[in-house]
Amino acid sequence: MNKNGERLLFEISTPGASAVDLPECDVPEAEFDPALSTYTQSGLPEVGQLDLVRHYTHLAHRCFSVDGNFYPLGSCTMKYNPKVNEWAAGLAGFANVHPLQSEHHVQGLMELLYLLRMYLAEIAGLDEVSLQPCAGAHGEWTALKVIRAYFADRGQEKRRIVLAPDTAHGTNPASCAMCGASVVTIKSLSNGLTDLEDLKTHLSDEVAAIMVTNPNTVGKFDRMIAQMAEMVHRAGALLYLDGANMNAIMGITRPGDFGVDIMHYNTHKTFSTPHGCGGPGAGPIAVRKELSPYLPVPQVVKQGEKYAWDFDRPKSIGKVRSFWGQVGVLVRAYAYIRACGAAGLRDVSETAVLAANYVAQRIKHVYALPFGPKDGSPMASNPCAHEFITVPRAIIDRGVTIMDVAKALIDRGYHPPTVHFPVHDCLMIEPTETESKATLDGFAETLLELAEQSERDARPFKEAPVRQVVRRLDEVGAARKPVLRWTGAQG
Amino acid sequence: MDYVQITQKQRDEMLRAVGASSMEDLLRQVPDELRLKRELKIPQGMDELALRRHLEDLAAQNSSADGQVCFLGAGAYDHFIPAVVDHLAMKAEFLTAYTPYQAEASQGSLQAFFEFQTMVCQLTGLDVSNASLYEGATAVAEAALMAANTTGKREIVVSRGVNPDYRRVLQTYLSGMPLSYEEVGLKHGVTDSQELEAALEEDTAAVIVQSPNFLGHVERVETLARFARANESLAVQVFNPISLGLLKRPGEMDVDIAAGEGQALGTPMGFGGPYLGLFATKERYVRKMPGRLVGQTVDAEGRRAFCLTLQTREQHIRREKATSNVCTNQGLMAMRASVYMAAMGAKGMRRVAQLCFNKASYLANQLKAAGVSLKYPKQPFFNELLVELKRPVEKVLPEAEAEGILAGYAVGKDYPELGNCLLVAVTEKRTKEEMDRLVSVLK
Repeated sequence: MNKNGERLLFEISTPGASAVDLPECDVPEAEFDPALSTYTQSGLPEVGQLDLVRHYTHLAHRCFSVDGNFYPLGSCTMKYNPKVNEWAAGLAGFANVHPLQSEHHVQGLMELLYLLRMYLAEIAGLDEVSLQPCAGAHGEWTALKVIRAYFADRGQEKRRIVLAPDTAHGTNPASCAMCGASVVTIKSLSNGLTDLEDLKTHLSDEVAAIMVTNPNTVGKFDRMIAQMAEMVHRAGALLYLDGANMNAIMGITRPGDFGVDIMHYNTHKTFSTPHGCGGPGAGPIAVRKELSPYLPVPQVVKQGEKYAWDFDRPKSIGKVRSFWGQVGVLVRAYAYIRACGAAGLRDVSETAVLAANYVAQRIKHVYALPFGPKDGSPMASNPCAHEFITVPRAIIDRGVTIMDVAKALIDRGYHPPTVHFPVHDCLMIEPTETESKATLDGFAETLLELAEQSERDARPFKEAPVRQVVRRLDEVGAARKPVLRWTGAQG
Repeated sequence: MDYVQITQKQRDEMLRAVGASSMEDLLRQVPDELRLKRELKIPQGMDELALRRHLEDLAAQNSSADGQVCFLGAGAYDHFIPAVVDHLAMKAEFLTAYTPYQAEASQGSLQAFFEFQTMVCQLTGLDVSNASLYEGATAVAEAALMAANTTGKREIVVSRGVNPDYRRVLQTYLSGMPLSYEEVGLKHGVTDSQELEAALEEDTAAVIVQSPNFLGHVERVETLARFARANESLAVQVFNPISLGLLKRPGEMDVDIAAGEGQALGTPMGFGGPYLGLFATKERYVRKMPGRLVGQTVDAEGRRAFCLTLQTREQHIRREKATSNVCTNQGLMAMRASVYMAAMGAKGMRRVAQLCFNKASYLANQLKAAGVSLKYPKQPFFNELLVELKRPVEKVLPEAEAEGILAGYAVGKDYPELGNCLLVAVTEKRTKEEMDRLVSVLK
């Protein structure tokens, strides 16, 4: 590594080097029409196999990960990714199957998908599931298309408004926009719950749905959710659940039981499928039976003892992606659900809730909880769900920003919590159920130490991180003059 | 096994610490009338050995392409994946990290994605690539939305040579939006350029063609792009990254957006996913681009470093005004594609493409010698052949299957006029002997 860190592939490229040994050609060479051929060299790097291995090994060492670090990134549910799930996804009978093989060739895969469909419907308390969406945001978009088709079928095309609380994930309004729906923001109360009075004033015969997250993004289960559902249904609209926080409620309550009509899951959050530096995820959606006819095609169905693809759904919104879904991800989610079983899934959610309350309890005398218990009362008096937010005003008032705290945590080996979402100046902490008590204690103690340090001297925070391969970055400069690929100009 | 490490004793301690006499005290936040009063109807958990046996059973009920000879393509391809791809891309540090929002803790993945963006640019001959989208079909839909957003126009003109599933997905994306969809037909297996020229209107935002197209033929992309340019519409090419070892790059043909499926770059067929959406465009459109972008910058000591950039295009900042709703992308598949492209290098990519073409050419010649002809023998192909069978396709396919051969895709489902045609894909993995066997089944 030189002073500029790990060199780029293009900088270690050696003309003539190669990391692969391609097969000899056992047929005559053929000449591709020169008029259709490329006339430039691609410029792709040429690297020997060992150098390639070292390059990526060095890059791997420069990543925080769940396997290496506590990663309490709120709203993302960075739980442990069981290794047996990776083994399962790699089985040739799952991984090396062409998507267009005959149904009788793929009965095992189709059975797995069918069972997963059933389990996700049961966990949701809803009637039918489509496994197709590629990720949570794609699930939102698919679901909004389903909602639109449902209303169009009822002659209510004018229902084009979608309501969303001000604490909604950014994907919610963005997905609405991609469906041609207009978004109206609903206020939250000071206790973090949706303002039903404000909701009431916005309900009309032009409203298609309200998108809520429950437990919501401030980590509170909205106890008025059933009342909200009733209001929404009375106005002829639908209740949509962003399932980002399903890790808090599995086996405890079900969206369908608290009035939800349609929802998406994030398998990479709830069902332990790995996050892979940003993906792949999978975003299955679950719906009440009234919405079933509009789900995307095809659906995996059981006909007698055989599994089949059902394309014959005349009211379907159509196809939302090529082939059948993020199958490799769904295999992992299935393996996880089968490993946990009913009792295990409930234990997962209970423990996730306990872990969040425990961390909150240990730090709340210093890190204020805007939606937690007042006056030194214990967490049990006003508990959070599986995550909580803190706005540590005392620390911020000493001139230490929330980003400074985040960067200081990096130097102490912790991936920072989510910052500035859903409210400014907050840390959103989601420990997950898979961490040990020792890890939770260590993290809480580190947060308390940082608070003490801020009292003594705020300056070191401005320097952090100092123990990483880079110091703080010029992100403003990066956006002002974007350099988005290597051009050979720099050394 | 639910992977919880906290012991019963610790659980009791933690409950006491938060002032709860039992778990119930923490769950009371969910009103009683909303609580599930029974266990979920999901089988009880399994130990690892039992789980592995169960999954092996399910896997064994599928006939993997490994045990057969795969000539199926039509959007997913059986290419050779070097062992380094799995070994490096699936490293736990990459597998179990998330989006690199905290740059100082994520320099490894950020640099890998910067390299990925660069290699996609090198491959496509375009200026900027994002850090991945979901898969081919949705990448093409995003290209259409971006074109509309960039030009302020509302009509999307699409060739019937574009993968039929991609067209279906595009129609789903456009439905309900103030955007229209118009299809242009084929002539002799390629886009009818006269029909395309006639379809262009003042309000046309994008012209979308695929090359090599779904039927395997290389399109005259330059001509089609010229029509788009003259009409002030964006030219979008759906591409196969492996083909670019030989074919002219989109950037060399004045294509504005190249979008496609990146599965062929080191990702297994996996029964259809997860795959990799590739997306590259010209510099001037970068601020309308969907998806995450990694940029180069410096740290406080002036060292080169990488971070997510131009995030004001994205949903977490811009909400309903974002260029796309995409958040989670296909990071791990982009990692696989990066290792694959770097392992192959410029020469390897060219050689893989040449091998595919050599073998496809051999197969075409052998078929012809056996009296089975290509539907459009004059059209240039890359690695997929549109074969007109002499016997009914519904008879030939099961016969081939019985011989352990996945002979190809019957295109009649999507192109009724090509009722007895089979789309046969040939990758570098296919041997002369395997192709000879295919010929004997097809003749």
